[in-house]
Amino acid sequence: MKIHEYQAKEIFSKFNIPIPKGSVAHEAKEAAAIAEEIGGSSWAVKAQIHAGGRGKGGGVRVAKTAEEVVTAAKDILGMNLVTHQTGPRGKIVRKILVEEGLSVAQEFYVGITIDRTRQCPVLIASSEGGMGIEELAANYPERIVREWIDVGLGFQGFQARNIAFGLGMDPSLIRPATGIFIELYRLFEAMDCMLVEINPLIETKDKQLLALDAKIDFDDSALFRHKDLLELKDTAEKDPLELKASQHRLNYIRMDGNVGIMVNGAGLAMATMDLIKQAGASPANFLDVGGGATSEMVSKGFEIILGDKNVRGILINIFGGILRCDVLAKGVVEAAGNVKINVPIVVRLDGTNVDEGRNILAESGLDFLVADSMADAAEKVRGILD
Amino acid sequence: MPRNIKSRNNFMSILIDKETRLVVQGITGKEGSFHAAQCVAYGSNVVAGVTPGKGGQDVDGIPVFNTIKEAAENKGANAALIFVPSAFASDAILESATAGLEVVVCITEGIPVKDMLKVISFLKRKRCRLIGPNCPGVISPGRCKAGIMPGQIHKEGSIGVISRSGTLTYEVVNQLTESGLGQSTCIGIGGDPIIGSSFVDILKLFDDDPQTKGVVLIGEIGGNDEEAAAEYIKKDFSKPVLGFVAGLTAPPGKRMGHAGAIISGSSGTAKDKIAAMQKGGIHVVEHLGKLGEEAGEVFS
Repeated sequence: MKIHEYQAKEIFSKFNIPIPKGSVAHEAKEAAAIAEEIGGSSWAVKAQIHAGGRGKGGGVRVAKTAEEVVTAAKDILGMNLVTHQTGPRGKIVRKILVEEGLSVAQEFYVGITIDRTRQCPVLIASSEGGMGIEELAANYPERIVREWIDVGLGFQGFQARNIAFGLGMDPSLIRPATGIFIELYRLFEAMDCMLVEINPLIETKDKQLLALDAKIDFDDSALFRHKDLLELKDTAEKDPLELKASQHRLNYIRMDGNVGIMVNGAGLAMATMDLIKQAGASPANFLDVGGGATSEMVSKGFEIILGDKNVRGILINIFGGILRCDVLAKGVVEAAGNVKINVPIVVRLDGTNVDEGRNILAESGLDFLVADSMADAAEKVRGILD
Repeated sequence: MPRNIKSRNNFMSILIDKETRLVVQGITGKEGSFHAAQCVAYGSNVVAGVTPGKGGQDVDGIPVFNTIKEAAENKGANAALIFVPSAFASDAILESATAGLEVVVCITEGIPVKDMLKVISFLKRKRCRLIGPNCPGVISPGRCKAGIMPGQIHKEGSIGVISRSGTLTYEVVNQLTESGLGQSTCIGIGGDPIIGSSFVDILKLFDDDPQTKGVVLIGEIGGNDEEAAAEYIKKDFSKPVLGFVAGLTAPPGKRMGHAGAIISGSSGTAKDKIAAMQKGGIHVVEHLGKLGEEAGEVFS
C-alpha cells in the first residue's frame, strides 16, 4: 500500500527523522495560510499523488511570494499530472504539500527495500540524490553504497557508519546521518514496509540533514497487524474499476487495450494477456477470479470488464482443476444471464470435466464462441475484432 | 542444507515419493480437510494432521495432533503440507522445520514478507527444504501428491516441471500429458517475492535424479530467479530445458496477482528473462498453445 509524501513525512517525524516545516492543503487559500504560518522567504508547493517524477511533470513549484504560492497551488490542484510512473492516463492532483524553502548544499539518496536474491533487506545510499535509483545505478554505480541487513540482528551501528562514511559526508554530519539510517530501518521493520525512501536527503547550507522527500510502500500482506494504517489509504488514487474489483476481492488491473480477459489464476491470466497480444489485439485488463471462481465472482467480473468502454470483446480462459469445468460453465452461463453483455465472448475451457462444461455452454442458448485450446482461443479473438 | 533429498525406492523422483509420510498442518480447516482427503484419494500417505487444540480428533480417519512434535513422534511424519492462515503460517513452517521434517510445502497465500525473511534466515541452519509459500505444492505422479493440483491431469514419466504459478502449471502439465510426456515431479515454487526454494535449488535436485530426462521451467515477471536459473543451466545443468515466461504485456509497477509478479522500474521484465533463458541454451516457447507440441520435439 502506497501513501502520500505528506503522510510518509508524518511517520518519519514520529521516528525522529528530520523533515521540513510544512502542511497539506486541499485548496489555494489554505496553501497561502500555511505559507504564512511557516514564514520565511520561499516555499515549495508539491503535488501529492502516488507516483514519482512529479517535478518533471510540472507538479512541483518554488514560490517566492504569497501570491506565487496561491498561483502555484491553483495551477497544481486539479491538474492531470502525467509522469513516467502514472502511465499515459495520468493522475488528478487533489492535495498539495506546502513547505519551507531550503538552501541545498548536497543531495543524497537513501532507501531500504527487500533484496529478493539475497532474501534480506538492503539499505542503499548514494551521494547523488534527486534522481531515481535505477538512473543512479546506470550512471553512477561507483557512487552507490549498500548494506545488507540480517533480520535476526537488525541494522547495526557499524553498517550505519559504513554508509555515512561511504557517502563521503562532512565529519559533523556522521552522527546525525547514522541516526537517520538507524531510525529509517526501525521504521521499515516496525511497520512492515516493502520500501522506504528518502530522495533526496539534503544537507542544507547551514549543515542540517533533512528528508526533502519521503516515500513508503507497506506490505499489503501485513496490513492486518497495522489497522491504523488503513486510514492513510487514499481510494481516490486508485482507478475506479480497480477499486470496485478490490471491494469484491477480485484481482483486476486496468490496461489500455480492447479485449477484456477473465481467467482463474494469476500466471494463466498473464499468459492469456500475452496471447491476446500475439493474436494482434491488446488486453484491456488483467483479471484473476481465483482458483475457486463462483458464479457471483464471474458476474462481478463481467460488470467490471464492461465498465471499461474500450472493451470490444471478452476472452474467458478457465483451466478447471479441483473446481470442475461443468461447475465453472454453469457459473459463466448464470452470470451472462444476469449481466447485460453487448460484446462477443470467447470461452476457452479445459481440464477436469471439460466435455460436460462445453456442453453446458453449447446448450445455454447464449452466444458464446467456444474455443477448444489456447491456440484456438487466439484465433477466435482475432476473428471477433476483424 | 542437503544438496539432495533422495527417494529411497527404485522409482526416482524428487522431494516426495511413496515413502513420504505426510502431515497436514491446519487439517481441520475447510481447505486443509478438503485437500487432505484429495491427497489421500490420490494415494498419498497422509499419516497425521495438526491443529492446536484439536488433538485426539480425527478427520476422515486421519488422526489429529496438537503439535508437529507429537505427529512426528507418534506417526513418523517426515513431510508437512501447510494450509494454516497467513498470520500463523510462518509459525507453522518453523514448527515443522524444528521438529526435523525434511520437506515442508506451504500452500498459504499472503504471508507477510517480514515473517518469511525470518523463516528463511532460520532455515539456513536446518536440514529442511521449504517449497512455497503461495504455491500449488508438489506432485510425483503415481506416487505422492502434496498439494492442491488436480491429480488426474498428471502422468508418470520423465519430465520435471518447475513453475512460479498454479493454474498455468496445470495448463502446461495437461499439454505435456496430452503429448504423451509424463512427469517425474512437478513443483510450484510459489508466487511470492520471498520463497523457500528457487528454480536453481530445484534444478539441482532434478540434475541428480536419474528418472528426470528433461525439465520444463515456467517463469513470470518479477525478481531475477529466471536469469539465475538460465546462468546455472548454461554452466552446470546436463539435461534439456524448455522454458516459458508469462507477462510480456504486463505494465511496470503493478503487482499482477502474485505478490512477487511485479516489474520494478525496468527490472524483472519478461523480455529480459526470455533473452537470458535463450542465452542459457533454453528452448523458449513463445506461444503457450504450442508448448506441448514443442516439448515433444525438444524431449524426443
